Amino acid sequence: MLAASAAADRVGREDILMFVNAAIASTAQTEFRSSSSGQRMSLEFLHTYVAGNYRDLYAAALALEINHLNAAMIVLNLLRTPASDPGQRHREGRLIAARLRLLPPQRVYALIASLRTLGVNNRRTRAIISEWVTARPDLTLDAVKYRRSLSVAARHAHLDLPSEVGTALFDWRRPKRFQAPLLEAWRRAHYDRSALFELPYTVAEGLAVRHRIDRKKFLAEIEPRLTAGERLRLQASAAGLGVERVAMDLGTARLTRLALYVLSLPRLQRSARRDELTTALRRAAHRAAGRRARTWGRVVAVLDDSYSSVGSQVKRRRPLAVALAAHYLFEALAAEYTGLWLTHRGDPLLIHPLGATALGERVLDGLELRPDRLVIVSDGWDNAPPGQAAEVLRVWRTRLDPSGRSTIVHLNPVYDDAGFDVHRLSPDVATVGLRDAEDAPALVELSRFATGAANFEDLRRHMAERVDQFLSVTDATAPTDDSFLIEQASSIDDVTTEDEEDEP
Amino acid sequence: MTVLDLAGLTSAPAQTWGVVRLVPLLRESPVVDLRLHASLHDPAEASIVHVGPSTAYASLVPHAFVADWTGDGTPAAAYGTQLAQPGGAIGCIRLGYRRRMVRREGRRRLRFLPLHLAMEGYLGLHFGGPSIAWEEWTRQAVTQGLSPRVELTYAGAQIPDLAEALRIFEIYPEQCGVLLYVADALAAAFVVPHPDDYRTLHPTLLGDFYGELLYQYGSLYPPVQDFVTRIDEAAVTTVADLRAQLVAARREWTAFHDTMAGGLVTASGRTVTEIRTMGRFTLSRFLPAFDPDVENHIGETITDEAGHLAYLMTVRLSAAQTRRGYLLSRLASLDWDLDTTAADLGTDREGLVQRLDRAGLGHLLRADVIDAVRRRARR
Repeated sequence: MLAASAAADRVGREDILMFVNAAIASTAQTEFRSSSSGQRMSLEFLHTYVAGNYRDLYAAALALEINHLNAAMIVLNLLRTPASDPGQRHREGRLIAARLRLLPPQRVYALIASLRTLGVNNRRTRAIISEWVTARPDLTLDAVKYRRSLSVAARHAHLDLPSEVGTALFDWRRPKRFQAPLLEAWRRAHYDRSALFELPYTVAEGLAVRHRIDRKKFLAEIEPRLTAGERLRLQASAAGLGVERVAMDLGTARLTRLALYVLSLPRLQRSARRDELTTALRRAAHRAAGRRARTWGRVVAVLDDSYSSVGSQVKRRRPLAVALAAHYLFEALAAEYTGLWLTHRGDPLLIHPLGATALGERVLDGLELRPDRLVIVSDGWDNAPPGQAAEVLRVWRTRLDPSGRSTIVHLNPVYDDAGFDVHRLSPDVATVGLRDAEDAPALVELSRFATGAANFEDLRRHMAERVDQFLSVTDATAPTDDSFLIEQASSIDDVTTEDEEDEP
Repeated sequence: MTVLDLAGLTSAPAQTWGVVRLVPLLRESPVVDLRLHASLHDPAEASIVHVGPSTAYASLVPHAFVADWTGDGTPAAAYGTQLAQPGGAIGCIRLGYRRRMVRREGRRRLRFLPLHLAMEGYLGLHFGGPSIAWEEWTRQAVTQGLSPRVELTYAGAQIPDLAEALRIFEIYPEQCGVLLYVADALAAAFVVPHPDDYRTLHPTLLGDFYGELLYQYGSLYPPVQDFVTRIDEAAVTTVADLRAQLVAARREWTAFHDTMAGGLVTASGRTVTEIRTMGRFTLSRFLPAFDPDVENHIGETITDEAGHLAYLMTVRLSAAQTRRGYLLSRLASLDWDLDTTAADLGTDREGLVQRLDRAGLGHLLRADVIDAVRRRARR
């Protein structure tokens, strides 16, 4: 009897961690070794399985560092299949509302559109949509920038919109003029070039083509209205047109985003701008470390720069960028830090994805320094020779460090769709999914549940704590100017997914 | 030389994907005075390995590579692997499709000749045809050798998992070659002088041709397993012990791969023909013993004065190809005389002609000879 419950306990704990790892790491995009369709199918299976068997924990995952795609999927599944218990429904409602406020608006509008496609229109769904739309800081902006999406939401949830917004959505040609300045600018921009540059970039872009405005002139004029994500996306093409002002602000960009940008530059440029880039990365790392700076003791990181860290066409150099960002973050977190790359030596700014994944020897190099904490950032495909890292870790634990003086954590930025989890190095070492390097400290905390030492009850308690913390922070403050929220809300996806905050 | 000398090349642990196992071959010091022909390198691509100023004395062009060899803008395929002075003339066959070539030049991509041409040329190169003009052989067989001869081969893209295995393969910085196994049967061995050459040619392994056998193995067999070496924890008390164990494991891997490639490296009865010598390098082609019981590889090598490999490209023959090769090699060794060969094979003249016909070599015999045998066989 006891054995059976222990087994159930272990299965439950492993299921939840597997799901959380997937929800953190996978964006259903193509990875180095798997296709986007494979990733999506695998992810959808996990969602259905966990939602059916551990509904409370499935909802609680909304409070963790999961990515936007998975947050939207969880909300969709929760709303599709209402819980029977009123208390559970109430908790879910609060979690959903809090999470929706953190998601980029286009993600939420896409979620509403899929709710409409699936015909999910219960009272709770309508109330949640209505609450979210009402809380939007400026509905006239949404009426211009997300015109079609807002009208879908209004029709689906029977929203009571301010009258001018309603008119702008459904009958905009009738009024002679709008009172709201943005709506009026948008109306005039259809006929008048000068009103164009008061609009958000994505709206102005289409109208500029209609007015036959030269691209170079357009970019130069619209520059003050660009969002951070748009700046990042446009800077190369703008520089090609000679518009130098469209450039990313290195001082405010987030760490992983910055690392992705640095790796997109050719190596010659990186070494020419070494001081500038290194300073920007260090600053971003210090911002991300916050109060935890210098609290980690002696840290050694083994960072994967093998060829597989090039990622895929849609996630270019993502695993490598995460490793690079992690390098600077650990440097800020640790009192004493050593970063070991698999093949690269010298300045980490010049890393290049190359060679096989010989983790075994590098892990031993790291362990030999006897750190307090050893962090491995790798996709876990240890292939030179296969499985050697697992052997080194096993022998280290059994023979050389049985008391466990060094904590070992493996952070994996790549979801393996065939295994329904991130690829593990060894059963003795905790493996956690990783999306943005900034989340690493929280994930390292989560990792203590990933080995045999912890039990399901501890994990439940930890998740309940995280939920309380999440709800108290998000409920207590307005969604615009809280540091926690900014940190959460801007955990943006890849450039190609076009996730970004829209308010300039 | 009947044994391929792989000295200077170390095998690293294999990387597997599905039924394909790729064993990288590393060179501690690359060969710098023999390089892939300069026009095959992409000038925009920077070298990973720095060897100082270019000191190439000789350059090589793999068989069937298409490029502008004649210098007048028309495409041509290298006929047989070529060893030439940098900028020297390349033996080649002109090809007719101008438009495609222009596209290729624009993208700086390499491509192989259409596969059947490549395979025919390969066999034509290896069998020159009857050396004595016995009256039974056709005039064409005597004057032009065995070409044209059609061999059925499969493009690399048709072999399951190969495209994906090559795409995700993590090339070592010092890698100069690869052994390619399909369902643990050695499909091809490929060695070049320099890591840069290897990086350039790695994707072309997909466009290469492979025997029917490997296509069947690839389709029939389950995915191959990674070999995991276990460390003996009882022997470890210090970090140095563990490190020694890792070194031992690596040595074990190398030895293991050498055993696996044994069918190619230590095959006996190989016939080697020297084609050309330039400086310290010798280009030769080899034929296997055509023993139907073991694996048979044909291939081309470039070796230096000490017999060390600078370049190697092999193709594994299927059973039917081995049978054909066996018949041809018997004929060749007995001066293409039908009666002597028939006696040697333990059959009569008619039996031998039938065997040649069944093996798809009937067209080499004069029409009246082969027709008479066929007519009698039908009765």
